[in-house]
Amino acid sequence: MGQIFKRSANALARASIIFTGIIVAVALYAVLLGIPRSSYWNQTDIVKTQPVQFSHKHHVADDGIDCRYCHTSVESSNSAGMPPTKTCMNCHSQLWATTTYLEPVRQSWKTGVPIKWTRIHDLPDYVYFNHSIHVNKGVGCETCHGRVDQMPLVTQKSSLQMEWCIKCHRAPEQFIRPRSQVFNMAYVAPDNQEEVGLKLKKEYHILGSDVLTSCSTCHR
Amino acid sequence: MTSENQTYAGAGSSFDRSKAVSGLEVSMSDLVLSLPVIEQPKLRTDSVRKDVDAKGKEYWRSMDELADSQEFDAFVRREYPSQTEVLIDPVSRRSFLKLMGASVGLAGLAACTVQPKEEVIPYIKQPEEMVPGKPLYFATAMPRSGGAVGLLVRSNEGRPTKIEGNPDHPASLGASDVFAQAALLGLYDPDRSQSIEHFGGVRTWGDFLTSIMGRVSQASGQRGAGLRFLSESINSPSLAAMMQGILADMPLAKWHQWEPAKGSGAFSASKDATGASVATRYRFDKADRVLALDSDFMADYASGTRYARDWAQRRKVSTSSDEMSRLYVVETTITMTGANADNRIAIRPSQFEAFVGALASAFGISGGASSGLTQAQAEFALAVAKDLRAMGGRSIVIAGEWQSAYVQSVAHQINAALGNVGQTVFYSAPIEASPADHLASITDLALDMAKGKVETLVMLGGVNPVYSAPVDLNFVDAMQKVPFIVHHGLYRDETAEHAHWHIPEAHFLESWSDARAHDGTVSIIQPLIEPLYKGKTSHEVLTTFTKNNSAEAHDIIKGYWTSSSKSTDVERTWRESLHNGVLANSSTSETGTPTMVAIAATGGASNDGIDIVFRPDPHVYDGQFANNGWLQELPKPISKLTWDNAAYMSAKTAKSMGLSASLNAKGGDYEADVVFIEVDGRHVEAPVWIAPGHPDATITLHLGYGRKKAGRVGNDLGFNAGRIRSSNAMWFASGAKVRKTGKTYSLAGTQVHFTMEGRNAVRESSFEEYKKNPHFVNEEGPGPNKDMSLFPKYEYNGYAWGMTIDLNSCVGCNACMIACVAENNIPVVGKEQVLKSREMHWIRVDRYYTGAAEDPETYFQPVPCMQCEDAPCELVCPVDATSHSAEGLNDMVYNRCVGTRYCGNNCPYKVRRFNFLLYQDWTTPQYKLMRNPEVSIRSRGVMEKCTYCVQRIQNAKIDSEKENRQVRDGEIVTACESACPTDSIVFGNINDPNSRVAKLKSDTRNYSLLDDLNTRPRTTYLGAVRNPNPEIKRVPATRESLLEESA
Repeated sequence: MGQIFKRSANALARASIIFTGIIVAVALYAVLLGIPRSSYWNQTDIVKTQPVQFSHKHHVADDGIDCRYCHTSVESSNSAGMPPTKTCMNCHSQLWATTTYLEPVRQSWKTGVPIKWTRIHDLPDYVYFNHSIHVNKGVGCETCHGRVDQMPLVTQKSSLQMEWCIKCHRAPEQFIRPRSQVFNMAYVAPDNQEEVGLKLKKEYHILGSDVLTSCSTCHR
Repeated sequence: MTSENQTYAGAGSSFDRSKAVSGLEVSMSDLVLSLPVIEQPKLRTDSVRKDVDAKGKEYWRSMDELADSQEFDAFVRREYPSQTEVLIDPVSRRSFLKLMGASVGLAGLAACTVQPKEEVIPYIKQPEEMVPGKPLYFATAMPRSGGAVGLLVRSNEGRPTKIEGNPDHPASLGASDVFAQAALLGLYDPDRSQSIEHFGGVRTWGDFLTSIMGRVSQASGQRGAGLRFLSESINSPSLAAMMQGILADMPLAKWHQWEPAKGSGAFSASKDATGASVATRYRFDKADRVLALDSDFMADYASGTRYARDWAQRRKVSTSSDEMSRLYVVETTITMTGANADNRIAIRPSQFEAFVGALASAFGISGGASSGLTQAQAEFALAVAKDLRAMGGRSIVIAGEWQSAYVQSVAHQINAALGNVGQTVFYSAPIEASPADHLASITDLALDMAKGKVETLVMLGGVNPVYSAPVDLNFVDAMQKVPFIVHHGLYRDETAEHAHWHIPEAHFLESWSDARAHDGTVSIIQPLIEPLYKGKTSHEVLTTFTKNNSAEAHDIIKGYWTSSSKSTDVERTWRESLHNGVLANSSTSETGTPTMVAIAATGGASNDGIDIVFRPDPHVYDGQFANNGWLQELPKPISKLTWDNAAYMSAKTAKSMGLSASLNAKGGDYEADVVFIEVDGRHVEAPVWIAPGHPDATITLHLGYGRKKAGRVGNDLGFNAGRIRSSNAMWFASGAKVRKTGKTYSLAGTQVHFTMEGRNAVRESSFEEYKKNPHFVNEEGPGPNKDMSLFPKYEYNGYAWGMTIDLNSCVGCNACMIACVAENNIPVVGKEQVLKSREMHWIRVDRYYTGAAEDPETYFQPVPCMQCEDAPCELVCPVDATSHSAEGLNDMVYNRCVGTRYCGNNCPYKVRRFNFLLYQDWTTPQYKLMRNPEVSIRSRGVMEKCTYCVQRIQNAKIDSEKENRQVRDGEIVTACESACPTDSIVFGNINDPNSRVAKLKSDTRNYSLLDDLNTRPRTTYLGAVRNPNPEIKRVPATRESLLEESA
């Protein structure tokens, strides 16, 4: 009886080892680099249900309300602040005062039970982010949160992963804008961003990247 | 080779291999375990010994270290004591590796989840002053017996999270003490009483009102006969006014006061010639000479923080022309004040009055005897008297609260004779509403109860006589004769068990009240949070006896102060008082120079047998803080014991009875002999603790332990010294019979934990020597070449954070340790873990002795992370979890740490702490409220350490950056610095030549710990300077005598 495997089978066997290697490498790549960067993982572009389907697009773009009307402490505190029910009722006791859509807001106002929103931008608890210092140093809202004025329902636009944070902490000049433009959703970076950025960095006394990338800048 | 080495490296020799691995093949790797033992050299090599001997002084932390015992040597070899046990046993080593593998796998899997959904819950109407993420600070005060300590409490979104001293308050001046810091944990204690109870059944406040109204109408019908109140001393003016109003309405009712830590002698001697009570206060910042007669004034419950601060003002020397005060301490036990003395002498309690008699006669004060003193004691008394005379008017003689009326009286008379009154010693009206002899008061009550004269007993404000009353009063039996007993307190304690009604008390951080400080200054106590368990304040309980029985505490307090206010704008004054934490100009006025009552000595006590000294515990006090884990785990200032009290005695006394407390080489804990102590037919069993400097033939027992109903933390810890404390021997008992029981007990003492191996950690000099040689700290030469380093060079151009710790003014009070615990969410690990050297404190206070064991000098050295510029820990971290910041901080990233513990191993200062187990309580809801939201909460398997309160640094930097300026000096105050009563700890930017820390670092006394390692620590020390009287000879210490002593 002749041999079952001919000599050429050796080549096939060798080739299959190489192919297996390639498959494993691709799988590893996907696992190690792909999944952590995936939308599933970092929750970008994922719409989350809220008690009230609040439209930032309507309030910002159509009505022209400034970010700070609701997020009052963005310039002074680590937290940008979530508007209390009172802020909603400032307008909605008059406007759309009977629509079922806003029933949860009126309920909250009547019963004194706060509205429980689902957090969209959720940093891990070991990261200590401070809104006020970023806003004061010329980081626009839009830089991190995207075109909120174009989002009927807000989703997370940046990965919020350390890789993403540190890109700016290493070279803030690539991202910062004049303070006057921080709350401007439609700001477009100039072609000479690097040059403008370096000027602003000096003007705003932004610390060097050695300080900005020290661990304790964000972790304590 | 010690037996410890054997198990360390050669498990095979001591382990029955065949049994453990039967049925398993022996693999090659297992053979490694059977390799012969590697001989290790003695760690404290002859060269180190030579260095020590050349200086002629050796610093030691424990008798074992002094004797250089085998156990000590074995202990110091262990990086993580008791950990090696796991690794040398092949079976558990194998299971350890299996578990490690499994946990790595599971940890990986656990990481494969998306963050859980989180909610954002805004307000309905946001309070105007509230900015989410920005803490607010409110002024309030912690009421104490004999005073109050003003506080500023941080509130994060309505939750009190940290307590600081109030700079405007006279008892604080911005600093705080261990009790104030630990009050935060007391507030959130889940074991606090949470409901009104009647015979164990839960009731409402309405039920109680119905029930009490019957008793009130009955009592008022008979003008108060049979109605008794029992409280601690009251220094709340509004509460006192209520009480006096009730007593005026019902003149036959009686108000008794009881605090186990009040001295009757101090009460009877604090009277002027007319018999009116006066209060004494002292200005230590104006005194060049201080004589403490058994007084632990630096740890005084009400005013210790202020007194320590004032005293330390006169200890700061920066040039050799500076002057420095001198502190004499004569004492019957070991105290913090004694440890800081320039000259100290320990005297048996039964001989104390004789010593004071000798002192008194040197000032021409009669009424005492001075027989039976040794020559050294008599010479000490004369030398002190001579020195005090030379400094007349600029000195203080202070007698301890618990000394006899005679000793108190002599102190008053010497102060008068020296002209100190009006200069450093001031008299004023008492700050307590009704000063009383507490012993007489509780005795009176107990007798009346036993006679059936008491029909209604109302116990206010957590008073706990069942635990703390003198044992011969049989308080529990007397309670059986009382038909209606109300107990009001924070806990369902021993007394609540025997009461009919129990009302939960509101913690002072939940209460409206007021309190006078030791100098009479009034603070309004305002709540930081709604009562967590609907507790009631003493005011609210007392209202049930008034016409307006539904008044709320806020209205009572505000009503009292606004009605008595002379201000034209009452509301404004009220709000200012709340904001500032003090009522302006409210201190009691001085009464000039009263002639104090003179009291004669009571006659010598017998010298036979053993003398017993009773003292409140330095941390759980009279037992009211027994359920506070922070305080329990805090090593006691001198003994460094945790979680227990013990029978403190001198080495000589212990030796004469064949007693010992021996170091266990595995964990650094102590196996102590248990003794049976009998006084007047009553007895208690207690573990022995050898205390250098303790008087011979004397045993000190601390009160506050042996609680049965303290809570889950405090139950059954230690022994109850109160069981042999009777009303005729409240503070000192003589003629005690002591014998060895043969039992032993594990004591969790931390005195040898994280040892520095005798490597010249403390540097000190006498004031005389300092004047001649201000550079004494650097006697050994310049040390290694600072440029010689394997580390890459780095220029710190921006901020360079640094710290100095002045050993000259550090009094060893531990306030820094507990402030750090509160600020940095440091867990409590429990006694079992402390026994294994696993306490988590980021800053520890090392206590060093030098000299003879019977008369040592004592030094304290707080040791936080040194923030080395060339940090050995950073090099060995495999995952970069610890790395250097551009401002010189040794950063620690908890979420990155995988727990190899290499960094802790490589740290020469032993300041890294590892979470061996899940020490943090992640589930109890109260603790979630308590934590500082600015600091990560560390879980099991993570290394942690001091980061100079980097959260405070970052917040201050952000504030300054927003204003485009530099951080100002003093803007960042670390938690330890803030709590320190003596300003020993100073933090700042060393790149700013005008900063306080930069100036201190250029002081001649500045030195680095273990500077020969060239780690360039950012934390440096200022050497200690003591100012002993050259005329007083110390007990000479030779190495031979020391060895013999400790053998």
